[in-house]
Amino acid sequence: MLLIRCPHCGERPEVEFRHGGEAHVARPEDPSSLDDAAWAEFLYMRANPKGWHFERWRHEHGCGRFFNAVRHTVSDRIVLTYRSGEKRPDLAAIPGTERP
Amino acid sequence: MKFSFLALARQALAGHGGWPAQWRMPEPKPAYDAIVLGAGGHGLATAYYLAAEHGMRNVAVLEKGWLGGGNTGRNTTIIRSNYLWEESEAIYEHSVKLWETLSRELNYNVMYSPRGVMMLAHTIHDVQVFRRHVHANRLAGIDNEWLTPAQAKEFCPPLNIAPGMRYPILGAALQRRGGTARHDAVAWGYARAADRLGVDIIQNCEVTGIRRDAAGAVSGVETTRGFIATRRLGVVAAGHTSVVMAMAGVRMPLESYPLQALVSEPIKPAMPCVVMSNTIHAYISQSDKGELVIGAGTDVYTSYSQAGALHVTTHTLDAICELFPDFRRVRMLRNWGGIVDVTPDRSPIIGTTPVPGLFVNCGWGTGGFKATPGSGHVFAATIARGEPHPIAAPFSLDRFRTGRLIDEAAAAAVAH
Repeated sequence: MLLIRCPHCGERPEVEFRHGGEAHVARPEDPSSLDDAAWAEFLYMRANPKGWHFERWRHEHGCGRFFNAVRHTVSDRIVLTYRSGEKRPDLAAIPGTERP
Repeated sequence: MKFSFLALARQALAGHGGWPAQWRMPEPKPAYDAIVLGAGGHGLATAYYLAAEHGMRNVAVLEKGWLGGGNTGRNTTIIRSNYLWEESEAIYEHSVKLWETLSRELNYNVMYSPRGVMMLAHTIHDVQVFRRHVHANRLAGIDNEWLTPAQAKEFCPPLNIAPGMRYPILGAALQRRGGTARHDAVAWGYARAADRLGVDIIQNCEVTGIRRDAAGAVSGVETTRGFIATRRLGVVAAGHTSVVMAMAGVRMPLESYPLQALVSEPIKPAMPCVVMSNTIHAYISQSDKGELVIGAGTDVYTSYSQAGALHVTTHTLDAICELFPDFRRVRMLRNWGGIVDVTPDRSPIIGTTPVPGLFVNCGWGTGGFKATPGSGHVFAATIARGEPHPIAAPFSLDRFRTGRLIDEAAAAAVAH
């Protein structure tokens, strides 16, 4: 079980959280101007990387808020969590990302 | 060597010293007419049907590890075709029909055992959904029947149907033709049969890049054993499909999750069938070796770790102990995880891609084993003809653009 640091509540066990999928997938400003391929890209296409992954979590059984995390999808190690709305951090600048 | 009673008798008299290797370990050739990426059950079946039904003998299967070492060797071996939508019914029933004669076709005992798959209903919603599935299946000519709790108990005596359970059993849907097969034998049987038709199965050969010509079409693959040229590449990489397809610049509607299973110490025959409970996340059957084979749910987050969290298996064992009080003192022997690629509509993707010469068969999620023969059969036709087989056509990658999703509620609910 992962220990996840909620940016609002601190470190809590994984069972308090829900995974929210890939982070920084912004809803298009004007959906009706998109063609079907671009809409499919927004709705369904995902990076699904084997490596560092920017993802959303929701502290469902805690504060109830969404936040973002940076996790390695082979080791499942989380190096950073940050609040929703904050800019996507530069991966190279995050300490601990030099190894899985 | 063809396996037969006579061959067995001869080998027995000769001290079993003369059994040949079941497949060759060839060096890769510089070029092939088609390459299948991934030597799991689906990939090996694809190669076999390419050779057996489409006359393509100059085919290679590339595998980064060893054949059958991924999800084919890591699943709970359940076979059924009681899906809801017509598209799913067609492909899974196509598969069940191939299972029925597979051992004879491959000259290899895959130990297909139609012992019945029983899906438990614990809530009014379950009852309504499963009864709908029963009716839909029967309209499609697929066997599926509704059982009362007493009938369920009669079919599976160890089952607890006491009304005081936390999730009482209100009934069950039973597909009698459903059952299990021996997972390793499926991989080995297809590998041996494909090899005999001239297919090169190249293990320890990881694809590191997909080369494309000036027109954008596939021209070959870069591997850890050098460049291999081909004009047709079929990707059957299960949990790693997103990673492989990224080499060709194709983004996929997939997320990869760990799915866990575990087996108990071997016990005497006690479980006569397969029991599934989607509501409380548990599957169970008994292998011919006597182990109880138990399937758990997926972890909540995407991962390539091939190991899930212990609380997920604990949750499943809670359910198993409630459903089968007799098994409470059985000790678990091993548990493991496989990486399953899950699509947004829980249906697979089989077909062409925006890249000419690149074909993909993926997204089987938590329930791909049952589809092994059917999936390989229609995917081979798709690669050979360059256009989707009629059964595969609805499962195109393009459905995510057109919106014709196949929202399969009868897929294994562990992924929902």
